[in-house]
Amino acid sequence: MSLFLYRRSLMRLHTLLVALMAIFMTGVLAPPARAEIEVNVNRGDVQPLPIAVPAFGGGQVGADISGVIMANLQRSGLFRPLEPASFIEKDLNTADIPRFPDWKQINAQALVNGVVTNEGGRLRVDFRLWDVFAENQLLGLTFTASPENWRRIAHKISDAVYERLTGEKGYFDTRVVFVAESGSRDKRTKRLTIMDQDGVNPSYLTDGSTMVMTPRFSSTSQEITYMSLRPNGSTIYLYNLESGRRESLGNFEGMVFAPRFSPDGGRVAFSVARGGNSDIFVMNLKSRSSSRLTSDPSIDTSPSFSPDGASIVFNSDRSGSPQLYVMGSDGSNQRRITFGEGGRYTTPVWSPTGEFIAFTKQTGGEFHIGVMRADGGDERILTTSYLDEGPTWAPNGRVLMFSRETAGGQSQLWSVDVTGRVLQPVPYPGGGSDPAWSPLLN
Amino acid sequence: MLIRLNGRIAIRLAIAAAAALSMAACAKKAPPPVAGPPPAVTQPQAPPQQPVAPPPAVSQSILPGSQQDFIVNVGDRVYFDTDQYSIRADASPVLDAQAGWLRRYPGVTVRIEGNADERGTREYNLALAARRANSVRDFLVAQGVTSDRISTISYGKEQPIDAGTGEEAWQRNRNARTSILSGAQ
Repeated sequence: MSLFLYRRSLMRLHTLLVALMAIFMTGVLAPPARAEIEVNVNRGDVQPLPIAVPAFGGGQVGADISGVIMANLQRSGLFRPLEPASFIEKDLNTADIPRFPDWKQINAQALVNGVVTNEGGRLRVDFRLWDVFAENQLLGLTFTASPENWRRIAHKISDAVYERLTGEKGYFDTRVVFVAESGSRDKRTKRLTIMDQDGVNPSYLTDGSTMVMTPRFSSTSQEITYMSLRPNGSTIYLYNLESGRRESLGNFEGMVFAPRFSPDGGRVAFSVARGGNSDIFVMNLKSRSSSRLTSDPSIDTSPSFSPDGASIVFNSDRSGSPQLYVMGSDGSNQRRITFGEGGRYTTPVWSPTGEFIAFTKQTGGEFHIGVMRADGGDERILTTSYLDEGPTWAPNGRVLMFSRETAGGQSQLWSVDVTGRVLQPVPYPGGGSDPAWSPLLN
Repeated sequence: MLIRLNGRIAIRLAIAAAAALSMAACAKKAPPPVAGPPPAVTQPQAPPQQPVAPPPAVSQSILPGSQQDFIVNVGDRVYFDTDQYSIRADASPVLDAQAGWLRRYPGVTVRIEGNADERGTREYNLALAARRANSVRDFLVAQGVTSDRISTISYGKEQPIDAGTGEEAWQRNRNARTSILSGAQ
C-alpha cells in the first residue's frame, strides 16, 4: 500500500518533470511561428507541486528559515507552497512522524519540517522531507553554520528538497554578481555588486566613481572578471572575492571589453576594439600570453565558452547584421548558427549542460531572451519587452536571469525559466543590469 | 570685461549708498529756526547742459582657439544613422571645419568619444560606437590632422545626451563627440 502510494507520488513528480521537458521540447521542435502558441496552450497544464513547509521549530530563526525555503520553491515555479493557515497539524516535531492524514487532507504532496537548535554558539538545523501520500521520509539531514549564515542553511535545504523531488541539482545556494544602477538615465551610477540569488545581502564591490560593466563568474566562484570604462580607456579586471585583491588583465593597444572565463578558469576570452574593428582574443592567465581568435573586419564580441572548453559561441556582424557564430576555442572553423529572418542576435551564453545557447534577439522594436540548441536549431523565444538583454544561466540550466528596461525607465533584474512559464522580477529592490550567476557554492 | 562690468556695478552700489547716507543725514537734522523771514526762494539753476558720454561699448567675442570657439563656431558632435558608422553628408562639413580648426591650432589634442543609442545590447554597442569614433578619426586624419593628436574611446550606450526615448532621442544619442584634451586657448 505504502509502496504503491510512494510510487504513485513519485510518478506524479516524475510526470511533472516529463511535462516540463515535453513543453520545452515541443516548443523547441515546433516551427518558430507556432512556438508561442504551443507554449501558451501548454503553460496551463503545468501544475506546480503542492508542498507544505511549516515554520521550523526553534523560534524566529526557524520561521525565517522556512520562509526562505518557501520563497525559493515558489519562485522556481515547480512548487506551490501551501498557506500555513491551512495546516491542520500544528507544532510538528521533527522527532515524531507527521500525522499524514492531516497533510493529505490539504493535499500537500510533500512536507518539509525542521528544528533549529543552538550547538555551542552555532546553528544546527535538522530537517526532514516527507512524501505525504507514501507516508515515507525522503530526506533527513542536519546542517550547522554560524548564526549569521542562517540564510545559507535555508538555501541548502531548498537545494536538497529541489534535487530530491526533481532529480536535478538545485540553484538556490548561489550568488549573482551584477551592476547596481542608480541615478537618472544620463547620469547613472554603476556599482559592481554581489548578492544572494534571491536578491538579499547585496554587497558593493566598487564605489560607483568609475563605470563598470559585464561582470562574469569564474567556475571556481571565488573570482570574477569585469570591465571598467574611463575616458582614457578601458580595463578588464580580475577580482578575487575572498581576498578582495583586484588585478588588471594588462595593457592593450585599443579598447578591451566583454571578458569571459573559460570553464576551467585558466583563460579569459575578451574583445579588443582597435581602429574601429573589434576582434576576440584569449589570454592564458598563467603565462599571460594572449592570442587572437578572430580577424574579420567586422564586430566580433560577446564570446562564451562551451562547458567542455572546446568551443566558443560569439556575436559577429560579418554577414551585415549581428548573428551568432561558433568556433573552436583556438579560433578554428568559424561558422554561423543563426539565420533568423530580420532578427539581430547578440550576447550568446552557452548553457551549463552544453546543450543550449541563450541569447538576446532584437526584432523590430522589441527585444527578447531566447534559447536554442547549440547548433542554432529549435529556437525558442522566452520573453518580449522594450529592452531585455544579457541572459545568464542558473548553474542547473533551468533558469535564466537578465536585465529588463522599460521605455524611459530603470534597468531591473528579471528571471525566466527555460519553459518561459515563470517570468518574474528578481526581488532586489534597486536598479540592476548585467547579472552573472555563480556556480553552486561549496 | 568682467572687471568692467563689476566696476559699473560697484559704482552703482556706491551711488545708492551715498544717497542712503544723505537721506539719513537729513532725517537727523535739527528743525530749522522758526523766527526770521524765510529765505528768498530761488530756483536752482539748471547746470549747463553737458553731454554725458555713454559707457564705452564692450564687444564680446569668443576667444579664437578656445574650447568654446571649437564647440560654438565649429561644432563638436556629428550624428550617425541607426547601426551605421559611415560619415553622413550632414556630418562632412562639420568634420571639415573640425579638421580646419585643428590644422589652425596644431597644439590641440582631442579625444573622439563614440556613442550609441539604447536600441542594442551593451557590448555590441560598445563595438559599434568604437567604429563611429574611428570613422571620425579617419576623416580628420585624411584631412591632414596628424593621428598622434587624436585618441578614441567608445562609451557605447552608456552616456546618452538625451535621456528620453523615441527616434528623436535615439538620433541625438548616435553620435561622436570631438573633445579637446589639451592645447586650446
